[in-house]
Amino acid sequence: MKKTMYRPRSGNAFLVAVSAVILGLIGGAVLMASIGSNPFAGFYYLFRGGLMNIERVGNTLATATTLMLVGLSVAFAFKTGLFNIGASGQMLIGGLCATLVAHKIFLPRPLFLVVLVASALIGGALWGVIPGFLKARFNVHEVVATIMMNWIAYWSIYYFVPAFLKGPSLETESASIALSQSLRAPWLTKLFSGSYINYGFFIAIACVIIIRFVLDKTTLGFGLKAVGSNRWCAEYAGIKVNRNVIISMMIAGGLAGLAGLTFYTGYSRNIQIGVMPAQGFDGIAVALLGASNPLGVLFSSLFFGILQSGKGFMNAMTSIPPEIADSIIAVIIYFTATSVLFQRFWDRIAKNRRSRRPDQSEEA
Amino acid sequence: MNHVIEMLNIRKEFPGIVANDDITLQVREGEIHAILGENGAGKSTLMSILFGLYHADRGTIKVRGNEVTIHNPNDANDLGIGMVHQHFQLVQNFTVTENIILGKEGSFFLDRKGASNRIAALSAQYGLNIDPDMIIEDITVGMQQRVEILKMLYRDANILIFDEPTAVLTPQEIEDLMQIMRNLVKEGKSIILITHKLAEIKEVADRCSVIRRGRLVGVVDVADTSVAAMASMMVGRPVSFKVEKKIAQPGRVILEVRELNVLNNKRLLGVKNFSLSVKAGEIVGIAGVDGNGQSELIEAITGLRGIESGSVIVEGNDITHADVRRRNEIGIGHIPEDRQKRGLVMNSSVSDNVAIKEFYHPPFSKRGILSADYLDEYAQQVIERFDVRSGEGIHSLAGKLSGGNQQKLIVGREIAGTSELLIAVQPTRGLDVGAIEYIHSQLVDHRDKGYAVLLVSFELDEIFNLSDRIAVMFSGELVDVVKTSETNEDEVGLMMAGITKKEGGR
Amino acid sequence: MWSTLSSIFPYAIGYTIPLLITALGGLYCERSGVTNLGLEGLMLVGYFACAITIRLLEATMAAHSVMLLTFGLVVGVVAGALFSLLHAFASINLKADQVISGTAINMLAGAITVYLARLISGSGNVRIGMGIIRKNIPLLSKIPIIGPLFFSQTYWTTWVVLVIWALSWLLLYKTSFGLRLRACGEHPSAVASAGVNVHRMRYFGVIMSGALAGLGGAVILITYSGEFHGTVAGLGFLSIAALIFGQWKPLGILGATFFFGSATTIANVSQVIPSLSVVPPVFFKVFPYVATLVALVLFSKKSAAPKASGQPF
Repeated sequence: MKKTMYRPRSGNAFLVAVSAVILGLIGGAVLMASIGSNPFAGFYYLFRGGLMNIERVGNTLATATTLMLVGLSVAFAFKTGLFNIGASGQMLIGGLCATLVAHKIFLPRPLFLVVLVASALIGGALWGVIPGFLKARFNVHEVVATIMMNWIAYWSIYYFVPAFLKGPSLETESASIALSQSLRAPWLTKLFSGSYINYGFFIAIACVIIIRFVLDKTTLGFGLKAVGSNRWCAEYAGIKVNRNVIISMMIAGGLAGLAGLTFYTGYSRNIQIGVMPAQGFDGIAVALLGASNPLGVLFSSLFFGILQSGKGFMNAMTSIPPEIADSIIAVIIYFTATSVLFQRFWDRIAKNRRSRRPDQSEEA
Repeated sequence: MNHVIEMLNIRKEFPGIVANDDITLQVREGEIHAILGENGAGKSTLMSILFGLYHADRGTIKVRGNEVTIHNPNDANDLGIGMVHQHFQLVQNFTVTENIILGKEGSFFLDRKGASNRIAALSAQYGLNIDPDMIIEDITVGMQQRVEILKMLYRDANILIFDEPTAVLTPQEIEDLMQIMRNLVKEGKSIILITHKLAEIKEVADRCSVIRRGRLVGVVDVADTSVAAMASMMVGRPVSFKVEKKIAQPGRVILEVRELNVLNNKRLLGVKNFSLSVKAGEIVGIAGVDGNGQSELIEAITGLRGIESGSVIVEGNDITHADVRRRNEIGIGHIPEDRQKRGLVMNSSVSDNVAIKEFYHPPFSKRGILSADYLDEYAQQVIERFDVRSGEGIHSLAGKLSGGNQQKLIVGREIAGTSELLIAVQPTRGLDVGAIEYIHSQLVDHRDKGYAVLLVSFELDEIFNLSDRIAVMFSGELVDVVKTSETNEDEVGLMMAGITKKEGGR
Repeated sequence: MWSTLSSIFPYAIGYTIPLLITALGGLYCERSGVTNLGLEGLMLVGYFACAITIRLLEATMAAHSVMLLTFGLVVGVVAGALFSLLHAFASINLKADQVISGTAINMLAGAITVYLARLISGSGNVRIGMGIIRKNIPLLSKIPIIGPLFFSQTYWTTWVVLVIWALSWLLLYKTSFGLRLRACGEHPSAVASAGVNVHRMRYFGVIMSGALAGLGGAVILITYSGEFHGTVAGLGFLSIAALIFGQWKPLGILGATFFFGSATTIANVSQVIPSLSVVPPVFFKVFPYVATLVALVLFSKKSAAPKASGQPF
């Protein structure tokens, strides 16, 4: 299987994203109407559910945190020419490492947090490096490889957690970690009136800033982007393609591992078995909508955070199934993939405003 | 006069360019009619219209006096028009038979045996010498072309269009093809030959329509017209075939290749026991037909392909197993064969492309952080010095530049990077005459500064124009190395076909 | 040992068949030149469509179970085919990135099927009351050795799928249509200059993948599952792996899917079989995925992937 990455020009990327979102929301409206519900009421409660009061805002931010990190992971991989569908598995492994640390390691809080973060980072990076290595060395397509890694992680968690981290009550989830061993902080929780918000949010924002810096300003980012755009030219120029593929997957895996950290030791305080984290796939939507741009990822994760966070409230108030949020997200992805149509539309508008350049002749 | 094909007042426009502007083409029954023009003149577009791949915006087409509309290749086939494309339209892992019957199988259930028999008979009738059951990826390029010819004959084509057929053939295969064309005409076919090779037109064509920048310049009788006259019609001014250059003053040895053996993609030896040296202040040109090991040789020297045995030494450094970056640092510049695949990142800006080999060290960056100002400054200097034209200067995307400007960008990058050894592979492929002259003068300039230049080209005139010495490559081996001043094109042509002076040449 | 083998064999075949038919769909699609990562979603759509059809009609048609089951299968096929049009349009007409489009299909299917399922059952799961009863084939199941292995306790859908598989092999390799389809995946411009409509061929490939993946999902429902619960647990991706493992050839995918089917069966029964229960169950569960990775590495050198697959034309 070969693929060609399509990248919209940055000026139009925003317009393309907005178009896709609008179409996604229209799709959602259609779905709502098709079951006899009032779309306006549906969206009203959906957005209120995400933003109505400070506690809900906190929950939205907490949801967005995980999405932001997974989005960064997928976006980073995209920029360097790879499709990371393995974020779910990387989240699980990163989250597992963090949960283990949270259960077993007791240190002064600042040091503890460093160890906690590092463990998730390393766990996720490891889970990303394996398919990266297989791609670099054996040209194994990273899509199939990462999906396999997802399921290996899934089943590993399935058996590991009941065996070593069993909770007192349920077979299907780990023991909860103490609040003091999690990413929650009393002052934050109080500020947001008891929501799920946690330090993960700051970690996510920090990552956005760091990744943006790496991609735009460093030699590492320059080399990775060159490999992603044209690996043949990169090779010709002396850039080590294989090494960069591995580094890229390592970083992407690490970011997804951090997502696991924020979800399993921040948002919630245990791991459930038998669940493949949906954020791994939502992250793809976040990255695509954000045009693989760190800042774009930030905004699209906030948007999706509102959707995911508000769907419960909407369901309670209107009986519209909460899967509407996933449907809207899926429609947005579909339209981002078919963004070519919008590309041409916005390009033509842009071209009609500029005069044609004389030296762009094509050879017939 | 029987015109078997008439294309009258054809006009075809693409965004930004008029490919065919009021062109009239008239081909007589039973003649070989050449269409001469430079790259980009509009020849292929015109023929694609005849073959139904494009539709003309204006104009009419007549076949044997009847006006027709050709919507697609099927219509063209039904009218008896067939085309041998420049880039073969063959499925690599199908057999000859399967490729020929594709689209004209004759029945829902395949009859491979029956078809093979018919194809074998056709092949014998026209002297094409093809085994129908061979798989395409296993046969030679010359044979593949003959399969394309068989495809046309299988569909009872009477008017055969050949699009730049000799680009991929050895001189011997070119002779064979010329003979096949004469056979076809004897059997009542008419042939349209698209080419920019004057010698071949002189060899086999009856008349020639010359096209320049989308317009018909004139139609000449080949026998009565000199090569020089045709060339100047093609280009629009008197053409001198020589580049002005001083006599070379070669100095010390810069590049030494010793007994190099390199495997090709089929795990066979693509380069066999090759030895060559290039001195400072000279241009050595490697002549040969595409596919005789030149790509593998250059990849081995530049580090893009591993070496089985032998060594490569540049300025005294043994780089046989060095990585690409080390070779760049020693001062090897490389203008690659495929500028869009190897030479540039189409999605990146001009300035990123200029920096792509050097970005990782000062002054382009400092301790891992890019120095944006220096990058911009340097790129600006390069595009000014080498006359690279682009819409938004150094911020234009490389993919938006024209072919000529893309190539100038690459040439500029490599020369500005001060290459002790500059390797140029097909540096003027697909470019117009202005760009060709410019790049040729840059290469000679580089030589005059005292650097070494290794040139690989599949165009013999380019080799003769630029090189001080010519090394001929055939089947992965070095046939001979001669001084340009002491040889001529016929001699080198023989060597390109594997025949050395010793073996019964002249 | 023999009794273990002969009792789990039918289950292995049961798990193989949905994989086989889905992988066959993927083969049509890839061979025509379109990469389809959305097989998971297409299976899900067929799974769901069949479930609601049977659920809604089973009360009134209880007496005609075979007819209803067949009708359910047909609905699954049609639903999968229709859903795949989204991918076809995006990939062929809009020349979109096929990997992203396929992923979008998966996400759309995952969301919309559960969304609609909730309306019917309130919980997102749709349970059906009827299914195929396993039967022994009259004479053939008495043949020594292969009888008990292949012809006893079989679902009739197995034979339907195998017939489709055999007919596909004929179509692809013995007819002019098949020749053209395969050429589209190798060298589409050669096909176009031979006067064949490449886009139409690719539409066929994509729709077939939708139809057959939908069939695969429906078969899962009426053979061993009995309930739609919102996911096919990665079987769609496993079919893709089987396609690669089987080197895009009908015989190859037969072997590859049987390998996966057997591995899944062994994983499920490992705890009950004394000789196997010493191994921690996680190894069995993880085995098919690890094996796929190993196979991908081994096959990386001589990949027979259709050359033009994934590239818009």
